[in-house]
Amino acid sequence: MRSLLDARTRVICQGFTGRQGSFHCEQMIAYGTRLVAGVTPGKGGRMHLGRPVFDSVAEAVKETQAEASVIFVPPPFAAEAIIEAAVAGIRLIVCITEGIPVLDMIRVKAHLRAMIRPPVLIGPNCPGIITPGEAKIGIMPGHIHQPGCIGVVSRSGTLTYEAVAQLSAAGLGQSGCIGIGGDPIHGMDFIDALAGFEQDESTRGIVMIGEIGGTDEERAADYIRKKVSKPVVAFIAGATAPRGKRMGHAGAIISGGKGTAEAKFAALESAGVTVERNPTLLAHRMLELLGS
Amino acid sequence: MNIHEYQAKSLLKQAGIAVPAGCVARDVDAAMKAAEELGLPVVVKAQIHAGGRGKAGGVRMCRALEEVNRAASGLLGHVLVTAQTGSEGKTVHTLYIERAQPIARELYLSLLIDRDAEAVALVASTDGGTDIEEVAASHPERIFARPLQHGPSDVLPDLADFLSLPVGQVEPLVGSLYRLFVDKDCSLIELNPLIVNDQGGLVALDAKIAFDDNALFRHPELEAMRDPLEEDPREREARKFGLNYIALDGRIGCMVNGAGLAMATMDIIQLKGDRPANFLDVGGGVTEEAVAEAFRLLLGDVHVRSILVNIFGGIVRCDIIARGLLEAVKTHPMRVPVVMRLVGTNEQEGRRLVKQAGLDVRWAGNLDEAAEMAVAAAREGDPS
Repeated sequence: MRSLLDARTRVICQGFTGRQGSFHCEQMIAYGTRLVAGVTPGKGGRMHLGRPVFDSVAEAVKETQAEASVIFVPPPFAAEAIIEAAVAGIRLIVCITEGIPVLDMIRVKAHLRAMIRPPVLIGPNCPGIITPGEAKIGIMPGHIHQPGCIGVVSRSGTLTYEAVAQLSAAGLGQSGCIGIGGDPIHGMDFIDALAGFEQDESTRGIVMIGEIGGTDEERAADYIRKKVSKPVVAFIAGATAPRGKRMGHAGAIISGGKGTAEAKFAALESAGVTVERNPTLLAHRMLELLGS
Repeated sequence: MNIHEYQAKSLLKQAGIAVPAGCVARDVDAAMKAAEELGLPVVVKAQIHAGGRGKAGGVRMCRALEEVNRAASGLLGHVLVTAQTGSEGKTVHTLYIERAQPIARELYLSLLIDRDAEAVALVASTDGGTDIEEVAASHPERIFARPLQHGPSDVLPDLADFLSLPVGQVEPLVGSLYRLFVDKDCSLIELNPLIVNDQGGLVALDAKIAFDDNALFRHPELEAMRDPLEEDPREREARKFGLNYIALDGRIGCMVNGAGLAMATMDIIQLKGDRPANFLDVGGGVTEEAVAEAFRLLLGDVHVRSILVNIFGGIVRCDIIARGLLEAVKTHPMRVPVVMRLVGTNEQEGRRLVKQAGLDVRWAGNLDEAAEMAVAAAREGDPS
């Protein structure tokens, strides 16, 4: 989705000099992302991966006019890192960190809601965002993507790659892929991404990948019914998951009988979404829809 | 992380919330002694991490010592099956003996995370002591639910009115509960029932507390409350290696990277007519050690009839998966076929290693094919 990210977007990384940050920043640069600087408190003034390191996001923004930030900061400090980026005027924050306490995220969201012009937050606990052929901010393998016409939005990481690989193999490619993350309290949701892809001129269809837990998919179904004209193919992971067991992601749990895959499939079906229960047939379904 | 009722009540007591006098007992003698000290009548309560204990006979009112003896010996060491334990039930290792309380009214009060409101929320009901989900379904007007975006003070007048209690009585209780919730990074505090006793006092008669696993790093004191007997030993072992494992009741063992893809892999196995033996997410940084442990878990599970490995990483090295398998079979013979679907680097090297070791590994080109092959492999063991 070029409105959020293209080859010109100036990106910084918080947690730049750590193992994760270093590895994935190298990959991002190799993909074509305009990574202009990094931030690691106490390491300002150095160079890393050929980019300047700053002590704070505010300094990095002042010196490089960065618009986006990717966060690899460990869980105890990640919430503060998000708020620091928001306060410094970053407009797109992608938080990769897994394991942030829920109450910390509640505090972050309250902070963002109180801002006059809040930034777009993607994640936490997500693979990030990619506009194939332009740039990627995150940890997804770039080479499986192809520039194309399908928008992908997903709560999962590797399951997204599965869908992406299918779309590339089918010759459809992707206009953009957004991993919104597996945590119960998160930034961008399905509705934000659906609205973006509906507006995006290069997007002809949308693949939506949900999971058990919460009611994000049900609310997305309601939004699709009212506002989305492009064809949507959806899969919900966890139809076989037992109740009360957290399936890896903090958000993926069926509690109090709510958040089952069946309830989500039913809501999406009633909104006119093409529901596919076999996760290997998503591109196939999309081809059928676009062909007719 | 979940804790027992008696542990939850000790936290409530520290927070200044009234709870009945009680003692922990791990054998019948201790239960009898506790009952004598507390004074009859007492309630003998099985301590397991599951609700629905009352209906399942896990909570017994005892008016005489002989009854305490019978209740304690009938519960300790026995399996309790409640609506929340699953059919296998849970073994009772610990009892909590409490002085019986005079009850005027039974209420419900809980704090939890409201995902939609992105806030802590308070739920209350005038119908305490029963299944709150049933109340919510049959009598929604008896449920009071509010997000606490700015703390609890905004909702206190309405809550007091709803529960027909003075604000002055509701305020300290809810204030203390909210502080406890935030201070300890809880994901749930549930008092059901919260009773009004014959003196008009509020007492937490039953209590359930769960903590946010992501926040345990800043609460080392809570680690002591973890009860290893309540956890599946395989799940505990897996966690040591950074693996996320949950035992299920099917026969196809699964090893996947990523929670969403792991669930999708379980789903497609079901779609192909069989059932997964487990959920297993090996995580992002796949190491040889973790993969070996994952294979040991699956090969050591007697219910597993075939194993489906589904790794999609782009940067995951297939030779590491192969080396992990080779390491595992040193101690756990490969008694079932393994179907591998790997997308990553060094795939040729991975195949070569497995072939050299002469193991029954079958390679699949995509997930659909892999699921079909794993289901077919499991059927090879069926009596014809």
